Amino acid sequence: MIAATVPVQRPPDARLLVVNADGRIDHRPRSDFATLLRSGDLVIANDAATLPASLFGVHLPTGQAIEVRLAGRESLCSECVLEFMAVVFGEGDYRTPTESRPLPPILRRGDRLQLGILRARVLELLDHPRLISIGFENAPREIWEGVARHGRPIQYSHLTAPLDIWDTWTPIAGPAAAFEPPSAGFMLDWSVIAAMRHRGVQFATLTHAAGISSTGDRELDSRLPFDEPYLIPAATAELVNAACARGDRVIAIGTTVVRALEHAVTEDGIVPQGEGLARQRLGPGSALRVVDAILSGVHERGTSHHRLLEAFINSELLARVDEVLEGQGYRTHEFGDSMFVERMQELKVSKTKFRPIVDKELRPPRELRTA
Amino acid sequence: MERNLQTNEFKGLRIAITGGTSGLGLALVQELAKRGANVCFVARTQSGIERVAREFPRTHGIVGDVSSKQDIYPIALQINGVLGGLDILINNASSLGPVPLALLAETECEDLEVALATNVIGPFRLTKALLGSLAASAREGRSPLILNISTDAALNPYPKWGAYGASKAALHHMSRIWDEELSGEGIRVLSIDPGDMDTPLHMLAVPEADRSTLKQPQAAAQEILEKISSHLRSADADARVASTMQGVVQ
Repeated sequence: MIAATVPVQRPPDARLLVVNADGRIDHRPRSDFATLLRSGDLVIANDAATLPASLFGVHLPTGQAIEVRLAGRESLCSECVLEFMAVVFGEGDYRTPTESRPLPPILRRGDRLQLGILRARVLELLDHPRLISIGFENAPREIWEGVARHGRPIQYSHLTAPLDIWDTWTPIAGPAAAFEPPSAGFMLDWSVIAAMRHRGVQFATLTHAAGISSTGDRELDSRLPFDEPYLIPAATAELVNAACARGDRVIAIGTTVVRALEHAVTEDGIVPQGEGLARQRLGPGSALRVVDAILSGVHERGTSHHRLLEAFINSELLARVDEVLEGQGYRTHEFGDSMFVERMQELKVSKTKFRPIVDKELRPPRELRTA
Repeated sequence: MERNLQTNEFKGLRIAITGGTSGLGLALVQELAKRGANVCFVARTQSGIERVAREFPRTHGIVGDVSSKQDIYPIALQINGVLGGLDILINNASSLGPVPLALLAETECEDLEVALATNVIGPFRLTKALLGSLAASAREGRSPLILNISTDAALNPYPKWGAYGASKAALHHMSRIWDEELSGEGIRVLSIDPGDMDTPLHMLAVPEADRSTLKQPQAAAQEILEKISSHLRSADADARVASTMQGVVQ
């Protein structure tokens, strides 16, 4: 496989590898995606906009330059931006591969950081020299302003030019929640959504704080994905539960949608509305109770995204898929080609019949709780 | 979360207004804040933002210039971040182009570019950047709306109003096309002419005007709120009909 090196969200030659539930593999232009869908299908995408989560600044005790990449927070509520989990790098920028970036200066609890107009403190060291939690000392509105004006999108050394913020937002991007783009959604423009609607396909969104895809550090990468907050709107929950009740397919655009829905689903098979914190990892042996198929990027072996595909297809078929992707020169990474993978028949789990949501709601969004 | 039209239809609405520190924009901030909407306003200067934010502490000011490409996404991110989504976008910030107003033959190209950047390209970029939020608002049954502030100079060829009139004509027509194209997503786009108002912009354009003959921006803001109100009631009625029809079909 080849890394896609140009930040074009919808290149006209983008390809789509289709892995059918019976194991057949087809090659299609990605622009054919809507034609793979049928009336009654429900397509769900992650509408998180990507934060410019890379903040350059100074570690004040030593005066050394650092880059802080915001990588996680507990909740998506507007005011919940005081504390973040973060990965810290020493001097350098995206032109140096992440794995070659120097460590930051030795960080201690309480150390102060100046990140543009933002002031922060190291709250906790998280068992790794790069991984900390930080607390901003500014008010939430100043934090939004500081991140918006001072932050830069997390960069990738395999790209030929630095990413601008507009390169990282999918066409449907709304709430500023993701740390790296929910890039499977790059292919979803308004024409594709209209084409789906024309075919009788329903479309809905949830918001999931897609985390960083790689830190370049093997030990840290083995901890990915970090915990990720998500929010399922009432309208989306209703559509998911209705689709499951009808026996229609639920199709996730991207791994984050799978993670959110499969985390939210209750023992009764109901997907409630509200906010949650996805902590689980999906992979071989994970029983998918909501999602029937996924549209995803092309992922390399060993990544958490690749492992998640083993919840849809067995390891033998995935190995065959990898060979085909390799042999046919599919492009990987955020701006690469895509795969549409149906869950294999043998991995199907019966969905509990739809029942109305009564008392098993997730916690409502924090704004609503305090209103 | 659908709004409750029976109580206060503006309460809890998430609204962003560009050019929010003077004239019509300021009046809209004031009227909407008074009615309990969650308001973000955008303006170019920190001092202007602070002045208005002090006066209306429940609102949130964002420093940014809609004519600058680099400012659009930081503005959109802050709107989404602070409001947690968006229901109504009011593209109000405007530029006259040359001041004093000039015949087209005497208008510097750069002045025309500023008018186009502020009155056409800026609203276009900001609308695009916020479409995801507005479409999400539609899916949640909140009847999103984009209001583009226009002028009668967009339709009538007044001498010396060339840069302003031509750019607003483009915005007006773009609004109509947006409205057609976005109807499938449940987003309405309206172009509104508030009339000649007693605003700093009008003073720049027509310094000799008799201010007593001009509409007060507060009055224009109230008319615009009435239009928003009417849109919300109509969308609510449509939703009820659709719901009833669905029941019949089932």
